Amino acid sequence: MKAISNPARRRRRVAIDAAMVMIILVLMVQMWLLTATLESYLAGHHGVALPALFSSAALFGVCAFLYRLVLRIDRMPDSFHGAPGAPAAGPWRVDRR
Amino acid sequence: MDPKDGSSTKPAWAEEFSVYAAEDAYVQRRQFTKFLVMTSFGMAAGNAWIWMKAITAEERSAWPEAVVGRASEIAPGTVRFFSYPEPHDPCILVHRTNGEFAAFSQKCTHLSCAVYYAPARDRLECPCHEGYFSPANGRVLQGPPPRPLPQVRLERRGDDLVATGMLQSETA
Repeated sequence: MKAISNPARRRRRVAIDAAMVMIILVLMVQMWLLTATLESYLAGHHGVALPALFSSAALFGVCAFLYRLVLRIDRMPDSFHGAPGAPAAGPWRVDRR
Repeated sequence: MDPKDGSSTKPAWAEEFSVYAAEDAYVQRRQFTKFLVMTSFGMAAGNAWIWMKAITAEERSAWPEAVVGRASEIAPGTVRFFSYPEPHDPCILVHRTNGEFAAFSQKCTHLSCAVYYAPARDRLECPCHEGYFSPANGRVLQGPPPRPLPQVRLERRGDDLVATGMLQSETA
């Protein structure tokens, strides 16, 4: 694919890629957690199910937060960062009055 | 798009099916990320399912008693198959070459293949992936099974061998 010449777009793409990589890492941890919990449950250790559920839910929360970040980055207009006085690249909303 | 609030004035289809390659790459990445997040939700739901199974698993306080065989009818080095505690729970009663009786669930703890007794080696063997178990207590001797075989508690009443419960796998 042709390289992106627009610096704002390039930054957005790097940010989205970074978020995606972090989500993949979190997902790998969740997969391991599910496997380990199932294994423990089958071995008769029922006590680990609840802490594992909390951990997995927290990791899902991290994924959802990162996805929200991706959505915000994705919906930012190209001109936003290029505009005079615009803040540094990022998904956070800044009120400029 | 409106640069002030980031909202779009384009219709949704025009954003999702852009003619520009760079914008299309964003859409692909966003869709893939969405898929990953859905998978993450699936993982959390799986953990929730395990937790539900754990809290609803009934603690069996009373096991049924069942005569599973007569000692005089089972020669040393041979076995007898039976179901315990439910009809769909296959078990194996082993008369070991040293004269002892022991009974175990017949499902291998690896992938649930049926185990059999090898009298020449005095061990329970799973033919699928060569998992071996001790007939003394069901512990894993070799191979991929992650847990011991669940053991059936046996009582000898005269000539009858009576199953009175299952031992927990970690203590088996």
